[in-house]
Parts: sequence; C-alpha cells; structure tokens
Amino acid sequence: MNQFFARRRDRLLTYQAMREGKVAAGRRVACRNCGAESSALDWNRSDQVCPKCGWHAPIGAYYRLSLILDPGTFQELDEKLQPANPLGFPGYPAKLRATQEETGLNDAVVTALGSIEGHRAVFGVMDSRFIMASMGTAVGEKVTRAAEYAQRHKLPLILFAASGGARMQEGIFSLMQMAKTAAAIQRFQEKGGLYISCLTHPTTGGVTASFASLGDIMLAEPGALIGFAGPRVIEQTIGEKLPEGFQRAEYLLDHGFLDQIVPRSQWRQVLSQLLALHEKGGRT
Amino acid sequence: MSAYTPEEKVKLARNPERPGTADFIQALFTDFFEQRGDRLCREDASILGGIARFHGRPVTIVGHRKGKNLEENLTCNFGMPGPEGYRKAQRLMKQAEKFGRPIITFIDTPGAYPGKEAEERGQGEAIARCLALMSSLTVPTIAVVTGEGSSGGALALGVANRVLMLEHAVYSVLSPEGFASILWKDSSRSGEACAVMKLTAQDLRRGGIVQGVLREPEGGAHTDWEATFRTVDAALRKELAALDKLSPRVLVQQRYQMFRAMGRDLPAAGEEEA
Repeated sequence: MNQFFARRRDRLLTYQAMREGKVAAGRRVACRNCGAESSALDWNRSDQVCPKCGWHAPIGAYYRLSLILDPGTFQELDEKLQPANPLGFPGYPAKLRATQEETGLNDAVVTALGSIEGHRAVFGVMDSRFIMASMGTAVGEKVTRAAEYAQRHKLPLILFAASGGARMQEGIFSLMQMAKTAAAIQRFQEKGGLYISCLTHPTTGGVTASFASLGDIMLAEPGALIGFAGPRVIEQTIGEKLPEGFQRAEYLLDHGFLDQIVPRSQWRQVLSQLLALHEKGGRT
Repeated sequence: MSAYTPEEKVKLARNPERPGTADFIQALFTDFFEQRGDRLCREDASILGGIARFHGRPVTIVGHRKGKNLEENLTCNFGMPGPEGYRKAQRLMKQAEKFGRPIITFIDTPGAYPGKEAEERGQGEAIARCLALMSSLTVPTIAVVTGEGSSGGALALGVANRVLMLEHAVYSVLSPEGFASILWKDSSRSGEACAVMKLTAQDLRRGGIVQGVLREPEGGAHTDWEATFRTVDAALRKELAALDKLSPRVLVQQRYQMFRAMGRDLPAAGEEEA
C-alpha cells in the first residue's frame, strides 16, 4: 500500500515538474543571460543551465524538487494552504487566482518531506514565477510550519530561497513574516536542528533579511543575485553604476557570506554529503 | 480618535520637530551611558544605544537616530542604518540579556540604507540576525514606534514582547513612496498608497500588529514634548511592570506566540478568500 502511494506521489511530482520544467521538443531556447540559442534537448539535459555560458535560469519549485529528491520520497506538506488578503487590497484576490491558474501553485513556496540518497529532511522551495516569489503570509506560514515540523520530527531543514522581497499587497502582514520565520528558524536551531539555506536567483529584500540568511550552512547557485536592496534602488540612491558582478553569488562568497557555491548538477551530491555529516554525533 | 488621514499622519510622523530617540532618552531616563561601535568594523551613528536608568533600574536602550539639523542628519545618515548599526544593536541587546536588563527600543527610520557598502557587509544578514536574536531574548523587551517605521530596517528593532505606537506614528512594509514605486511604477502616487497600506497606529492595533496606541497632544507630538514624554513614560512603566511578572521562559514564549500568530489563519483550499 505504501508502495502504491509512493508511486502515485512520484507520478504527481513528475507531472508537475514536467509541466513547469520541460521545453517542448524541437523548440530552440534563447539564454536570457548570453542570448545564445540552444536546442530544447540540450537545455533540458543541463537542467536549464545554459549549455553555452553556464547561466542558471530560475526553475519551478516542483521541477527543482524532482531534480534533488530520491524518486518516490516526495510528500508535500500543507499543500492545501491558500493565501489570504489581510489588507483587503483591491484586485489582489483576482491576481492570486490568475497566478495560481498560470503556475499550478497555491503561492510562492512548496514545502515537502523527502529524502536525498536515503537521508530524510524537510524541504522548502520558492518559485519566482509566483509574483516574484514575494513573501506574503502564505509563504511565511509555510516556511514557519516547515521549521516547526522539522523540529517536531528531528529532521534537518533545507530551504531553497528565491524572492523579490515582501508581498506589497499584504503590507505590514508581509513584513511580520520576516519576524515570524526568523523566530521559527532560531527556535529550531537552538534545539540543535540543522538548517541548510540554498540561495537561488534572485534572492532579495525581506527574504534575504530573514530566514534565508540564517542557515547553519549557506550555499548558493552560480551567478545568483543575492542582496537586501535591489541593484536599481542602490544605483538610484548612490548615483553611480554598480561594478560588474555586484551582489552575485561569487561576490558574496568573496565577502564571507557563503560557505560554497553549488552548480545545479551537484545539489544532490553536496546536500547528501552534508546530511550524512550531520547524522551521527549531531544533536538532531 | 483623530481626524487625520493616513497621508497626513505620514507627514506628522516625519515632522523633524517630533521628539526622537535622543530626546526620549534625555527626558525619560537618567545616567545614560552611550555605547558605540559594533566591535567588527565601525560605529554607525544612525543607531543610538546604551545603558541608563528608568525610574532607578538599569535598562538598555536602542533606537534609530535621525539627527536634528543637517550636520547631524548627515552623520546619522538620516536614520538609515547600515549593517554596523544592526550589529551594534545586537551587541547591546546580548549584553542586556547577560546582565538581566530589560530592553527598550525606539523605532523611527525611513528604512535600512540601500548602499553599496551596506550590501557588501551584509545588510540582509545583519537584519536577519537582529530578528532572530530579539525573538529569543530572555529579558523583557518593549518597542515604541515614535515616528516612521519603514521596512525591515524598522522591524529589526521591533521583535519585542510589547510593541507600542504613538498615535500619529506609522509602521509599514515600505515607505509609501517605495510601495507606489514597486506596485504602480510611480512613486508620486504615494498618497494613494497611504490610503491602502493600513499603516496607521489605529489600523495596526486592529490588525494585532501593535499592542498599544499612545495618545499624542492635540496637533501631534511635536506641539508638546512634555505631554508626549509623560504618556510614553507611563506606558513604559505599566508594560514593564506587567512583563516583570513573567519568567525568562515565558517571556520568550509570549513573544514567539505573538509574532507566530501574525498571518497564521489562512484558508485551506475550497474556503472563501478573505
């Protein structure tokens, strides 16, 4: 019976991953970074990393989960949780509905239970197709619940961040998700929980200034833009052009804010190594 | 209560004649000893902090400082801290916890500084650490929003057991200008933004974001500093007395639950959207 559900979950994940990940065969894909065209086959084979310049294009949450999890281990958490409109912001419910239909997501984060090479963990993956993966109450609540779930079940927590910042339409409630998620991570870590924060392109604003910066281990994808203020705001503020590579993952590594940069093809290997290193002797 | 529109309140909250952190320290506390520097890189004057006595008992104070004239404004970067300011705040708060001192913060900032060096030295990380630290402190903490509280730069000093607001202060996810610029690509529509953001003390009290609204004198806090000081003093005494009854464990628990509850009640699929 368990076997049956595992297979079903696996098919569901594969279906959702295909829906957001795959490029129709025969089409050519232009890289948004270097402009070079590649065949759909090459693009998909490299997990949507440009075969010419190595640009790591943003990918959907289910697609990413399908790349890193052991087959059949994906079990979504809080999959029915829906966003709300706490300010009663005009037009927001309609925007949410339209984005939900377009992406097949309820909001900008998918949380799940899963394994990497047999090591169980709680996962959260943000998806920038959903209103720039901005953090509203639904994102804050799901990340918080994921941390609490990991704490209750003594599991490591792995979050893939991507975000344009706060969800403006949810105003102050959006801001408060920074406090809520940071507090939940802090609690989890005080109890000995391992939190691995993986930053992907782009991670900015309130997500950078809360849970995404609090990892015991800090990792990022190559070329990811990571910062508090966006580059345009900074350029307007200081009245000068920012240097090439500013706020990119490589720049953060140089300035001491990351442990390592992990290419997309190596997430499974690196995460599995880290999970194994924390399995014995650690307090989780 | 008052007949001011949200837009008028934003103007009142930004009035340079309003008492700021330095003024509250001078009026409400004795024996103030300023502590400077983050012990890592530099001193950031946009965060003012130190030890003082509040009705005889030692407390730690941390607040945003905008400065009172152009020269001071420049030194204080108009109240926009960099990571050094937030790391100084963390240093002072950890020390307060070590010595069992309650912490009182004053919030008044247009936001954390969006500058090149600030990013280079980890503005996001510094704010994140402030939030995590404040959420776990075992001493009583009270935050007072005295002017404008914008974005994560304000919240970094706001994860307290009690969050109080002056009647005409505002507290929001971003300045109304920034909000309009992001949502409508037009910062001149900030007036419109004020109307939909629900950034007034009264709105936030209803939303459960702040626990107390402190009455300002007729015309705003800047018209009668003494009256404002009396109100804030009385509120701090009352809240501190209540928090004194709680054990360190309960203080942490109460604070966690308070922020945990913000945006918790979300509909499951099938339910009607709010």
